Amino acid sequence: MRLILTPFDPAAELARFTATHPAAGGVVSFLGQVRAGDGVEALELSHYEPLTLPAMQELAASVTQRWTLDGLMLLHRAGVMMPGDPIVLVAAAARHRRDAFAAADCAMDHLKSQAWFWKREQVGGQWRWIEPRPQDHDDLARWQ
Amino acid sequence: MIRLVFLGRLADLAGRPVRDLAAVGPMPLPAILATMSAPLAAALADDRIKLALNGVVTPREGLVAGPGDELAFLPPVSGG
Repeated sequence: MRLILTPFDPAAELARFTATHPAAGGVVSFLGQVRAGDGVEALELSHYEPLTLPAMQELAASVTQRWTLDGLMLLHRAGVMMPGDPIVLVAAAARHRRDAFAAADCAMDHLKSQAWFWKREQVGGQWRWIEPRPQDHDDLARWQ
Repeated sequence: MIRLVFLGRLADLAGRPVRDLAAVGPMPLPAILATMSAPLAAALADDRIKLALNGVVTPREGLVAGPGDELAFLPPVSGG
């Protein structure tokens, strides 16, 4: 589990993670990147360290408890990003693929809707804050 | 001194992300809000804004902060 303030290389991170878990029969990963289009010039994620980090650690612990995993990686960017930049990388390594799929899916739904991040995007030189979507709440209900 | 931290769009409303409030003793939340501009105080009165006292999410009712404390105002997190 890491919070990263500068750009990262998802391929290198994933290669390191899979090398660490040679006994896993399957590794499921999800990469979220800044969407290009709609005139978006930049995306900024701000966080509040005293809350953001402990909550991500709790999430990692609860996902690890819920499924049988060999390993779990949660990487999340904060700061200013450009379209195409990676924002989040989640990977779950497990002996069997279903645990890995479910763990990665659950971790992503919680990161998206519950993690302490505030986003704003720049369009036409103007910054605007992104408000929560009802869909995030629905996504979370899948795991209750 | 109480350190006030404004997250997300609240930082824009407050004009800055952090403000140090001179306090000689414990201050209940309404007294803290009373030191702010009317638009900011109104925005912070919204129940959807969560509060964290020294890094712990804390209910509004009965919240008191004193010198050395850090009080953060947290708008709903963005999905997307």
